[in-house]
Amino acid sequence: MLGFLLTVIRRDLLLAARRRGDWLTAQFFFVMVVSLFPLGIGPEPELLKRIAPGVVWVAATLASLLSLSRLFADDHRDGSLEQMLLSPEPAVLLALGKAIAHWLIYGIPLLLVAPVLGIQFALPAEAIGVLVLSLAIGTPILSLLGAVGAALTLGLRGGGVLLTLLILPLYVPALIFGAGAVDAMLAGTGVEANLSLLGAFFMLSLLVAPWVSAAALRVSME
Amino acid sequence: MNPHPVLSVHGLACARGDRTLFTDLGFELAGGELLMVQGGNGQGKTSLLRLLTGLSGPVAGEVRWRGEAIAKSREAFHRDMAYLAHANGIKEDLTPLENLRFQAGLAGRGFDTDAAEQALRKLGLARCLDLPARVLSFGQRRRVALAGLLIASALLWIMDEPLTGLDVRGVALVESLLREHLQRGGMVVMTTHQALTLDGASVRTLQVGRREDA
Repeated sequence: MLGFLLTVIRRDLLLAARRRGDWLTAQFFFVMVVSLFPLGIGPEPELLKRIAPGVVWVAATLASLLSLSRLFADDHRDGSLEQMLLSPEPAVLLALGKAIAHWLIYGIPLLLVAPVLGIQFALPAEAIGVLVLSLAIGTPILSLLGAVGAALTLGLRGGGVLLTLLILPLYVPALIFGAGAVDAMLAGTGVEANLSLLGAFFMLSLLVAPWVSAAALRVSME
Repeated sequence: MNPHPVLSVHGLACARGDRTLFTDLGFELAGGELLMVQGGNGQGKTSLLRLLTGLSGPVAGEVRWRGEAIAKSREAFHRDMAYLAHANGIKEDLTPLENLRFQAGLAGRGFDTDAAEQALRKLGLARCLDLPARVLSFGQRRRVALAGLLIASALLWIMDEPLTGLDVRGVALVESLLREHLQRGGMVVMTTHQALTLDGASVRTLQVGRREDA
């Protein structure tokens, strides 16, 4: 069971390493979108500080959507998804492994560049810390829920747009609590409430999303 | 030997959209037998094979493996079965050997590098072992998929047009692989539009949909 999960993750990591172009595109997209705001709005530290959490979080959801459309599509096209579903191991582990791999490949780099982007928005150090923490709890949610959407829209024409419409509403709680935590830090109120709710939402996604993705994969393969 | 047929199919019906492809289809297959599924394009050969693998569910009827419905004993069935589909299931960015390694890992099998190399050599891929599959030709990728089938050591092979893209020697190779597999007591369900010479093997045919000459 664990061996299967690790194989799924290792396989996706190796494939991503062989195709660094795709990986870099998603990272640059995130950095570019976030950087456009200070350029467009102008250098007003107070205003930038206020919008920073929301901007970073919205850019993170969009960047994850960019890569999610191909989470299962590539494997579907070359027939390897079929073979993986024919494995004696349960499809839930496949869906979970895929989501974990997606987070490792696309989520962790976001955490690493977020502090730099925070400086761009004149965020104080403590607020940057909370921003990274909220992204650390929140980006796995994006990968887990996104996998559901990717499985549901598999093989559909115009699946990418449909995926966006389907998944963005589900991202809303993560966005609210994630950005809310940083806002609370800036406003001087406690961050615990927002982070706890974000954590609860993460646990819920972790428990539910892989099952739904696995069921959706089976339906898409019929 | 098990006196009961290992794979049995009862009253199977399949529909694609509104169109019924076949109804009340049944057969039994025991060790050492090959079932050749025949029928014209669009008659439901691939649909039947996908039903047999359990990838899709039938409208009616049941596929049984060792007397149990495959929907119930999915795990045991998939351990014994290997499916060669239209798409090869080969990742273009990985070498043939890496492809086989991950296939084995995903199927929950151990991986023997020497055995895998041997299988690839047997299929005439000795010079492509460390090239990414991207640069291989269509026929060579088919051969990689066949090598995967070979090291899967499954009892039942389900093969969808295994000969597409293969040259004359490749076809002869598949014929010898099939003969060996059947002699070991394995089972094969396959479709092909090409003639195969399988001397001495017990080959049965199954017509899906209307007969082409009717």
